[in-house]
Amino acid sequence: MSTSQHGRPNRPRNAGTGLHTDWFDAIAVNTPAAERRAATLTTRRTVKKAWQAAWLVNAIRCMDLTTLSGDDTEDRVARLCAKARRPLGDAILAGLGLEALTVGAVCVYPTMVAAAVRALAGSQIPVASVATGFPAGLMPLDLRLAEIRYAVDQGADEIDIVITRAHVLGGEWAALHDEVAAMREAAGAAHLKAILATGDLKTLRNVYKASMVAMQAGADFIKTSTGKEGVNATLPVSLVMCRALRDYGDRTGFRIGFKPAGGMKTAKDAIAWQILMKEELGNDWLRPDLFRLGASSMLGDIERQLEHHVTGRYAAAYRHAMA
Amino acid sequence: MPKIQEILETMDYGPAPEAAGAVLDWLKARGRFGHFVDGGFTRPGQTFATDNPATGEPLAEVTQGTAADVAAAVKAARAAQPGWARLPGHERATWLYAIARHIQKRERFLAVLESLDNGKTIRETRDIDIPLVARHFYHHAGWAELLEEEFPGARPLGVCGQIIPWNFPLLMLAWKIAPALAAGNTVVLKPAEYTPLTALAFAEICAEIGLPKGVVNIVTGDGDTGAALVAAEVDKIAFTGSTEVGRAIRQATAGSGKSLTLELGGKSPYVVFADADLDAAVEGVVDAIWFNQGQVCCAGSRILVHEPVAAAFTDRLKARLAKLRLGDPLDKSTDIGAIVHPVQLRRIRDLVAEGEAQGAVLHRLECQLPATGSFFAPAFATNVQPANILSEVEIFGPVATLATFRTPDEAVQLANNTRYGLAASIWSENVNLCLDIAAKVQAGVVWINATNVFDAGAAFGGYRESGFGREGAREGLRDYLATPAPKPRPEAPMPDLSAAPVPEAGGKARPGIDRTAKMYVGGKQRRPDSGQSYAVRGAKGAVLGLAGLGNRKDIRNAVEAAAGASGWGKATGHNRAQVIYYIAENLAAREAEFAARLASAGVKDASGEVAAAIRRCFWYAAQADKFDGAVHATKSAHVTLAMPEPFGVMGVACPNDAPLLGLLSLVLPAIAMGNRVVAIPAPSMPLAATDLYQVFDTSDLPGGVVNIVTGPRDELVQTLAEHDGVAALWYCGTPEGRAAVERWSAGNLKVTWCPENRDWRGPAGQGRGFLDRATQIKTIWVPYGE
Repeated sequence: MSTSQHGRPNRPRNAGTGLHTDWFDAIAVNTPAAERRAATLTTRRTVKKAWQAAWLVNAIRCMDLTTLSGDDTEDRVARLCAKARRPLGDAILAGLGLEALTVGAVCVYPTMVAAAVRALAGSQIPVASVATGFPAGLMPLDLRLAEIRYAVDQGADEIDIVITRAHVLGGEWAALHDEVAAMREAAGAAHLKAILATGDLKTLRNVYKASMVAMQAGADFIKTSTGKEGVNATLPVSLVMCRALRDYGDRTGFRIGFKPAGGMKTAKDAIAWQILMKEELGNDWLRPDLFRLGASSMLGDIERQLEHHVTGRYAAAYRHAMA
Repeated sequence: MPKIQEILETMDYGPAPEAAGAVLDWLKARGRFGHFVDGGFTRPGQTFATDNPATGEPLAEVTQGTAADVAAAVKAARAAQPGWARLPGHERATWLYAIARHIQKRERFLAVLESLDNGKTIRETRDIDIPLVARHFYHHAGWAELLEEEFPGARPLGVCGQIIPWNFPLLMLAWKIAPALAAGNTVVLKPAEYTPLTALAFAEICAEIGLPKGVVNIVTGDGDTGAALVAAEVDKIAFTGSTEVGRAIRQATAGSGKSLTLELGGKSPYVVFADADLDAAVEGVVDAIWFNQGQVCCAGSRILVHEPVAAAFTDRLKARLAKLRLGDPLDKSTDIGAIVHPVQLRRIRDLVAEGEAQGAVLHRLECQLPATGSFFAPAFATNVQPANILSEVEIFGPVATLATFRTPDEAVQLANNTRYGLAASIWSENVNLCLDIAAKVQAGVVWINATNVFDAGAAFGGYRESGFGREGAREGLRDYLATPAPKPRPEAPMPDLSAAPVPEAGGKARPGIDRTAKMYVGGKQRRPDSGQSYAVRGAKGAVLGLAGLGNRKDIRNAVEAAAGASGWGKATGHNRAQVIYYIAENLAAREAEFAARLASAGVKDASGEVAAAIRRCFWYAAQADKFDGAVHATKSAHVTLAMPEPFGVMGVACPNDAPLLGLLSLVLPAIAMGNRVVAIPAPSMPLAATDLYQVFDTSDLPGGVVNIVTGPRDELVQTLAEHDGVAALWYCGTPEGRAAVERWSAGNLKVTWCPENRDWRGPAGQGRGFLDRATQIKTIWVPYGE
């Protein structure tokens, strides 16, 4: 299945399946075992030299460059978008033998979508908007759906919604399913990424179950975190979500994307999550149509590492364009 | 080097070799190694090459140790031992601490050297082997510090001969040397001929820190060197390796008085229940049989999967297998390195071919094997029944078998359907089920929802033909310590066991109603199979009565009855205590009768012996619910249980002395711990034992828990020693008998103990030492976390 450059897949979207609690009711997730597997992913695999550089470039390709702050302004968003168009300095890009490179998407609040769309005009870089009362999601459903429609109307190509954690904590799967299905409908052609806020769900069983319900309701991506929970993306949580989307794919044939977000700051993190994707799901999940890294400061570290790769000298952040 | 753009298409990992320059320079500089004896290296003698199995290229030449080399090393160790043992525990602790520190300072050097010499991956040597080596020395530095307080009265054994295998060369060295040194022993260690190099590097570290000379001696060589070490003047042999060689060592050391511990082979079950986290269990297989190329004695090599999930599990296992990377062991992204030696590779290939010929279906990693070096693609076999050679024989390669089971009971049956008993893995999210299976599986180490987890603070060692003795923790240290031997007491002379009538015994007044002493089997009195009896004589030669002449078949029947009484091992300590108290009660009620019986046999202070017997019952009844295990401090978020378990069926050959107390002193600790016993009482006065039948019958002792066969002790004990259904055997008799018992017991490698005859009424007649000998430690690892 081929993909367009900016991750808009030429494949059937997840149509959802309706709620099937028997797909996850008896799910067994052994936490110590998941932690062991997560801990050894990066000790069993490593990438060096050109391969390391290429994997870091790939991380940029898959990055949802994000700003989600209370003090975001249109100019701030424009600066971010400029970095999204030119994530690496020209010399570094040339040193890597690459002609063009952009990030996977830019992710902003709904009121910043219009600014982002303007700033990215002609770049083909999609704009993702968080919605549904991000980050807590505790707004009346009709307002949350209205927010999605607003963001789409503003030009967002992708909508990152948050689920109602209470539905998971209370085991109210039908409520969770119906909510996400309604959001998917509201998003229309825009792709839906369902943020599970795994730091709030606490147990890996909850993570698996919430992942499965979100996919059954039609989510195109499942995403770990808002970046605002106490604990954001971790490898064990990501491992369990990957296994859930693998299982969903086995049952339905639909390929669901995965987006870890929050807490990943280093080039090393970028490699670690890619190793997870390659080992658990395969190379297809190293492309932006099925994999995104939700991050903001990570790009700075990657750029420094890549400059070191090109020049052999350690780099300083102040010499690189700010995001 | 490919362009970034090209890598972006393939997203391959690319090569990531660990630098080996420093190690190769060291090897080049050393070239040929002698032995490390008395603090320095000897001149190289006749040498042989040790190769890099990943390339077949020689790495260095090491010396083939001769008997004279071994003798010189033992002499150095002997000379150093008293001084080393005299050091305050704190000083020995500082030496062990220095070793641990220096291993950490040389961690990368040792990791690379180990990978080069053995073929195992740098990932494993760097993340598993070497950190565990350092941990082992730290842990035992602590034991050296605490020894006097924690083991009052214990003494070192002396000089320990240690023979280690090639699968974890430096780790096995640490497991052997650290406890030996902590306890005040000195050592002569022979590394495996395929992998001697990290031991030699370790010798240089000993020299580097200035360890007193002679405390650690390393002699390289092949099996002949090992045999010379076994035959040398050492006080203990500690061996890790194949069951076949372990058996030979058991025979060679029989009767020598050398202490012996054996860590041998395994064919460990890996049980996956339907309610397990299947992904976790699949990943566990990677850490079980695809760890260290499957060259792991405790590897979960027999995967047993619950039928409802067998298909799903098999599919996922295939998918996971396909992700493994085989190749250069020094590449940091390699999962499967080289098999240690072409000889081993050939063995694996032959076994797998034979298994396939018997119908097994192999699922292999599809990969291009390197053109040179010893490599075998990891695999697992389906359609493999218990009768297939792959299910039975330890392959010692990266090949597991996968079979199914229907019920938990069947899982236990299949799990225990092996002559080995080293380890087991159990996968289920149901803790009730996990602990139930953990209790029922015959294995020294049980991992719940985990596999191949090791720590110096947990005992490692096997049941059955996986050997005896433990390594790690308090239990392991015990095997390097001696308790002061009691004052020996000569045995009473053996009686005439003639089956012919004794007419001269007659002529007295009518003796009342004739009493017939039979065998006691399964709680019933049975006539001897031979149909023969012998005359039991009293102190002045008077015939006191006749006792049955037991034979092989009586022993066989008794063992069968004992095997059938398995409920005894499951009874609570309280229940067992109640029965033993009841025995005391009934013995007390018949005190005068027993005293008269003993007096007639010439026992001095006969009532004193009966009173001691009653007290002994109380002591072991008291221990029945108190002699228990420990929860060891190992890794975080793990409960690590050390549970003393009964062996099952034990044989007890009693001293021909103290006819009542000698028997009870050996039988009571055994049954207090849940064993069932086949006892051969004192041949010269078996009537004190046969009088016990009615005591047992009236004390609610379940049939089969104690079985008694009278007759020629040293003949009957051969049948017991050679019986594969007997797991442990105690023999209190002659030096020749001891040697024979140890030799005969090599068949199923049963645990033997040959205590000297002693004053059974004194403090040497009972104690925790008896209970230690009546149990084997099962270590159960329970990781937790939600």
